[in-house]
Amino acid sequence: MLVLPVNRHFMQYKNMLLIFCLFLFSLDAMSQVPTPEEMWQIIQEQQKTINELKTKLSETDVKVQQNIEAVEITADAIESSTMQSGINDRLTNQTMVGGYGELHYNNLTDDRLNEGGMSPDDSLERTDFHRYVLFIGHEFSDRIRFFSEFELEHSLAGDGAPGEIELEQAWIEMDINDMHRVKAGLDILPIGIMNTTHEPNTFFGVERNKIESEIIPATWWEAGLGINGELAPGWNYDLVIHNGLKVPTSGGSSFRPRSGRTKVAEADDTGFATTGRIRYTGIPGLEIGISGQYQSDISGTADSFDVQATLLESHIIWQHNSGVGLRALYARWDMGGDIGINPASINADNLSGWYIEPSYRFSIGSEPWGEFGLFARYSMWDERNQISGAHRYEQFEQFSTGLNWWPHNNVVIKFDAQWQGANANVDRVLDGINLGLGYQF
Amino acid sequence: MIKTKNILIVAALLIVFVSSIFAKGIYQEPKDFLLEVFAGEVPQVKKFWIQKDLQKDINSILGHDLGVLRLSYWQRDNRTAWILEEIGKSLPITVGIVVNDNKIERINILVFRESRGWEIRYPFFTEQFNSAALTAEKNLDKGIDGISGATLSVNAVKKLAALALFFHQQVLK
Repeated sequence: MLVLPVNRHFMQYKNMLLIFCLFLFSLDAMSQVPTPEEMWQIIQEQQKTINELKTKLSETDVKVQQNIEAVEITADAIESSTMQSGINDRLTNQTMVGGYGELHYNNLTDDRLNEGGMSPDDSLERTDFHRYVLFIGHEFSDRIRFFSEFELEHSLAGDGAPGEIELEQAWIEMDINDMHRVKAGLDILPIGIMNTTHEPNTFFGVERNKIESEIIPATWWEAGLGINGELAPGWNYDLVIHNGLKVPTSGGSSFRPRSGRTKVAEADDTGFATTGRIRYTGIPGLEIGISGQYQSDISGTADSFDVQATLLESHIIWQHNSGVGLRALYARWDMGGDIGINPASINADNLSGWYIEPSYRFSIGSEPWGEFGLFARYSMWDERNQISGAHRYEQFEQFSTGLNWWPHNNVVIKFDAQWQGANANVDRVLDGINLGLGYQF
Repeated sequence: MIKTKNILIVAALLIVFVSSIFAKGIYQEPKDFLLEVFAGEVPQVKKFWIQKDLQKDINSILGHDLGVLRLSYWQRDNRTAWILEEIGKSLPITVGIVVNDNKIERINILVFRESRGWEIRYPFFTEQFNSAALTAEKNLDKGIDGISGATLSVNAVKKLAALALFFHQQVLK
């Protein structure tokens, strides 16, 4: 009970002491306030400092600007010096290298084995690096260019080897203007779908379709002079005068267009031919094409008769962005006769074929999944029966279905199954599966 | 008289031929594209520096590095214009692209150097890109129909459209 009064007095003394101390401090502070003269001096010194800082800031601005310019110049220099790769490399050097290739595995059974006891077994179980192609192009100037394609077929070439080394393209093209170009040299002919675009990632099926193998002998190239370009937006044309085929007129391959390719390899005594094509691509995703060819003498000029021939072809390609696609093609040869020779005697006066191929392509994710595509194709075509001593052309048909997997746009893995049929006696009808790996760059 | 007339005809043909040579492949000069896009008042050019952290996205769109340190672009409000290049089959295609509020407003093919696939310059192809935006996976959000025989050129333009949309997002961040 006695503690409280003592504490109250103590607090009163403490407060008084604090007030006294503050009073002393304020007196001391008042004694340190500068006089007006001192204030003026301080202001002048501060102004001097501000002026110095302004000068330094201005100098810094100039330096920053100089640095920015230096960085820009450096960046220009670096980009200029790194023009050895990518787009700039191609612009600078004007030479490009590309290529494509395809590895195939075929496991096919000959359904006409032992038919009549005359047909040999043509079953096939084969692994083959079918095509290895390199192309080199060069831009001589903005309007004159060169392009070439060099191919090794079946991996091994030489005496007794199954393959061939081929020069498939070597041409010079010159622009007349924005719309028209002239081209001369060795070039693939503007006919059909596969003859001009046959990189493995651009089509369904491991092997190329039979119509664009037997009727249009793709890949088909000749030496010639042509003009191509645009007639109107979406309307394209090609016109080429070139050397013709030289089909045999006797033997098991007589009048077979594919056997008439000289490949411009010392192509002696070929008649002249001309090929024209009109394409409409004015609707995105759609191509409609029609082409025609006239051969003055498809058997060559060294023999004693002239076999005139015409080839007509039409096709449609439709690829909708939903993934639904359709390809269809029709091609037909008409070959005339001459004294002492008649293609009609072996059913070769009219060789035709067609196919229709619906497809669906869809994405399954980014790399490495990429895109898948499913297709089905029905084909019908005329082909030699390959029966010795009874050579003639018969009608074949084939149904194919399968899938493509593109882990990258330019890389493809393929699988398909095929079933062939023929109405008459033929040496072979092949059923089975095919596997393929292809690329383009 | 006839001789003079023939000379005049030949001279006229030569003039047409020579003048046509110099027009090769350039469908619109970049400066004309910009004047058209910005109604004659082109804003000051800006530089977009390709930072290291953008390389992965650029690579996923193009399939390769851009190969430059920075790009020029032109901006007014939420509208940007880009002039970009990508190889079709073997040579670069120069494309002018306008992006407005994260959507493609227009694409013009300015220079086409390939010998095939020139159809991509026509509006029936380029107008498909109008209003296209970029998905989270850096793809265009609408399907583009191709041109038969010009697949690689079509792919190049699709990549550049996606790239312009991506750059637009970056500069407006």
